[in-house]
Amino acid sequence: MEREVGTETVKRGLAQMLKGGVIMDVTNAEQARIAEEAGACAVMALERVPADIRAQGGVARMADPEKILEIMEAVSIPVMAKCRIGHFVEAQILEALGVDFIDESEVLTPADEEHHIDKRKFKVPFVCGARNLGEALRRIGEGAAMIRTKGEAGTGNVVEAVRHARAVLGEIRRLTTMADEEMMTYAKEIGAPYELVVETARLGRLPVVNFAAGGVATPADAALMMQLGMDGVFVGSGIFKSGDPVKRARAIVQAVTYYNDPKILAEISRGLGEPMVGINISLIPEEERLATRGW
Amino acid sequence: MRVGVLALQGAFIEHVQMLARLGVQPVEVRLPEHLEGLNGLIIPGGESTTMGLLAQKRGLLQPIRDFVGSGRPLWGTCAGMILMAREILDGVPGQPALELMDIAVRRNAFGRQVDSFEADLVVPALGEIPFHAVFIRAPVIERVGAGVQILASLEDGTAVAVQQGHLLATAFHPELTRDERFHRYFLELTK
Repeated sequence: MEREVGTETVKRGLAQMLKGGVIMDVTNAEQARIAEEAGACAVMALERVPADIRAQGGVARMADPEKILEIMEAVSIPVMAKCRIGHFVEAQILEALGVDFIDESEVLTPADEEHHIDKRKFKVPFVCGARNLGEALRRIGEGAAMIRTKGEAGTGNVVEAVRHARAVLGEIRRLTTMADEEMMTYAKEIGAPYELVVETARLGRLPVVNFAAGGVATPADAALMMQLGMDGVFVGSGIFKSGDPVKRARAIVQAVTYYNDPKILAEISRGLGEPMVGINISLIPEEERLATRGW
Repeated sequence: MRVGVLALQGAFIEHVQMLARLGVQPVEVRLPEHLEGLNGLIIPGGESTTMGLLAQKRGLLQPIRDFVGSGRPLWGTCAGMILMAREILDGVPGQPALELMDIAVRRNAFGRQVDSFEADLVVPALGEIPFHAVFIRAPVIERVGAGVQILASLEDGTAVAVQQGHLLATAFHPELTRDERFHRYFLELTK
């Protein structure tokens, strides 16, 4: 009875177990416990939430291992952590710490402006952001076991997540109507591996789990992303930058389960206190937009 | 035949698709009234803490216990097995659960995600061909009560699939494979 670890099935499998759930950004053990008690299906261990990274500027790097271990110690649900795009040594360190998932994230300052990490070399699964189908399939080609929209992290504004979700899902819908001979040209146009284009057309969806991320701040935002066809939701700054994190966290967890039930959504959206303060995307200078990072 | 899949969180679509392939009408269960008229229920993999909280919040725990009490079969895979166990080791204190099956399970018994694995498992009840089992941050069964039958164990003797009358529990995920034997085995219990 030989045990095989780090296979594509177990990596993609963990992402499948996260579906229909909410993954919450946390910066310490206390927040991690609040997230777990509210029903988060996983937490993202960070030093600063994206809203603070955005406000403080400077180079954003992998979190201190001490911080990540503190959070891993505090909860029983999976713990994710972020490394910089292309920074495979940060990824090696996170794998050695035993984190359950690595987010190769545009929220941190990229370490390589041409290449992403070769994620197939790792036993730990990776999630990557994508704005369109080509980007999603390139990341899967590199070994990503899960995809998420990039959205625009730390803004509390869901518009970019909607744009990216509609782009990926719309392109897949187009793909499913294409003749076989059109797929090679389409693969060339979007810069995606041909085999993955064909597989996506056959499945009518991405070959891996696809979450929403970047700007989700309310239960309605979360349900919107689910109704658009996402498999689950990341909430970053939206919970712990709001007036009543416990209540809001619980409400967003329920919104992802009951996304198709407006009566329940109305009930859980009541009296949540102040949401995080949002930012209009058009007021963010082009060079400060996180979603444009990654290639 | 209509079989429910608890659809609060986790890998419920995979069970739904497998049931549909077997010619059964799958029903996603999110509220107590969705249990009406079902011949059986599956609790999928996912996070047991998340599912337990949502089930408690919408008043699903007692209706599922009553469902089982009426003699209809229940199968839990991974997190589903945790929710069915009488005793949860390494759980979150006060974690809501069904407490239906006379077993003690340990959560995340193999370690973290890097220790998740696939292995061929001998399951005599399914015939001679081994069952390819996928273990993801999986629990194990550390104690079984008198009425509980062990269907499969790892090489070190750790129980990973058990049955107690019309209750079935597996620490691994048959729904992530193309092997339909465990689903067929469960459907037999509905007869």
